Amino acid sequence: MNSFAERFSTTTAASQMRNAQKLADEDELDTAMWGSNAGFGSLAKGVPTFTVPAVADPTAFLRLHTDDHADPSCRIKIQHGTTTLAFRFQGGVIVAVDSRATAGSYVASGTVKKVIEINPYLLGTMAGGAADCQYWETYLGMHCRLHELRNRERISVSAASKYLSNLVYSYKGMGLSMGTMICGWDKTGPAVFYVDSDGTRLKGDLFSVGSGSTFAYGVLDQGYRWDLTDEEAQELGRRSIYAAGHRDAFSGNSCNLYHVKEDGWRFIGNYDIAKMHYDGPGNVAGSPGQGYGYDVRVEGRTSTNAPAVAAAA
Amino acid sequence: MPATISISQPQQRQFNPYSENGGTILAIAGADFSVIAGDTRQSEGYSIQTRYAPKVFQLTDKAVLAVNGFAADGNMFVKKVRQRLEWYRHAHAKDMPLRAIARLIQTMLYARRFFPFYVYNILGGIEEDGTGAVYSFDPVGSYEREACRAAGAAQSLVQPFLDNQIYFKNQTAAPGTSHPVHLPLSTVLSLVIDSFTSATERHIEVGDGLEMYVVLAKGSTAFQTLGGVRGIQELTATEDGEKVFIIRRELKKD
Repeated sequence: MNSFAERFSTTTAASQMRNAQKLADEDELDTAMWGSNAGFGSLAKGVPTFTVPAVADPTAFLRLHTDDHADPSCRIKIQHGTTTLAFRFQGGVIVAVDSRATAGSYVASGTVKKVIEINPYLLGTMAGGAADCQYWETYLGMHCRLHELRNRERISVSAASKYLSNLVYSYKGMGLSMGTMICGWDKTGPAVFYVDSDGTRLKGDLFSVGSGSTFAYGVLDQGYRWDLTDEEAQELGRRSIYAAGHRDAFSGNSCNLYHVKEDGWRFIGNYDIAKMHYDGPGNVAGSPGQGYGYDVRVEGRTSTNAPAVAAAA
Repeated sequence: MPATISISQPQQRQFNPYSENGGTILAIAGADFSVIAGDTRQSEGYSIQTRYAPKVFQLTDKAVLAVNGFAADGNMFVKKVRQRLEWYRHAHAKDMPLRAIARLIQTMLYARRFFPFYVYNILGGIEEDGTGAVYSFDPVGSYEREACRAAGAAQSLVQPFLDNQIYFKNQTAAPGTSHPVHLPLSTVLSLVIDSFTSATERHIEVGDGLEMYVVLAKGSTAFQTLGGVRGIQELTATEDGEKVFIIRRELKKD
């Protein structure tokens, strides 16, 4: 009888001890209380939480203040405009991107890293909202590491890209904007998956995303073969980004090139697009040894493009 | 009696918690130092609210944060960053490294992805390896490490000047010479002052005062340069580590 009363009483010493113990066990008193785990902190709590404005339609609120297509004078400008591409071939995966970020017609940055190094075997590309891509692909990287620790093997590109696509799908309609290619090498060999914020996830050999993608596709489709050599493939990636930088005002500045092989990705180089136009990519494998611009090809053939010797004379 | 029936027109209301308070901020990284600057005018529309509202804040002895955009959001954001840094100090008995502060700022901004802080942040300071660094952020947290960055009202006036003078864009070095990779502190301070005096001339939202924070790495040789600078004040809190200074200048008030 006494023990029965004690078990359900809320005021006895035993129950108070029990409550204290329960408090200590619960996450209210875990190390996160110290605030030392900046950012993501413990993943035990699941996905991060977001502050939402206290209005009837939070999505409309966000659109009102951030959508610069509908209203160029809106205050918060999210960076846009891109050309990114990735393709699979005999020698692995080539990933090439431009480096321009625009806010309206202002070039906000010409040195953006649009390839996100998720881990030594996985790359993600950035098109759409820069913060959305950076944040969620970093978050994806943490979950890929957890997968390794739990399963004692690396996550497949397919599983990683599906994790991301399910994640962004859960935020569908809330204003996320990302078009990304998850590229890597797993048990099945080289792999490229296209994932976007609508929830689309496609497996494929060749993708290009962004405002300059049509220009990149033009060059890419024309030069693509499965049995491209490493040098030819790298050159094709560079040449395609150059074409987009040349014809799309929202793309340009420079090209970042990566090559994924069986032992992980490797950064090949950064190439100035204006330099590629006049002088070519420099002394690198696959370089044509001259500029990509057509000035060299029309020289001497029209009266406005007299050969150098004739002009000097 | 005339008709008293009021014809109700359709009305539209919207929740607008944001305002734009003008001003400009700027940061430049050197080899072993970093300069973070901002003007002190705060305005709304064509009226000046105050001639002294700081936009640049010392976080630790190796990190300084400049905020620009909506002043209320900016002040609140700095307050919250400082709180997180204090918690970090209590847990780890040291200051958070600069690159960790940069990532912290990303996650704090992104936590408000659906109700953004209308703030452009520039973080300047010294990395753990002793190099000068500048990180720039957009309002929802995308960030990048750079050598120099201007943000705010006169961004489009100042950044091209910096591209030309810091990165030597559109300049060709004389034959047999090359452009320096890092500029000395004296040159950087002159460029910052020139940027703000020029922006004051051509932008109505810039002016009144200039605050420049200088963060020096441990044992930085740039320390000698600062000796002769007028009105310099040291703000360093800890012994034998990085040093922080502030230099104030007047800007035109019209």
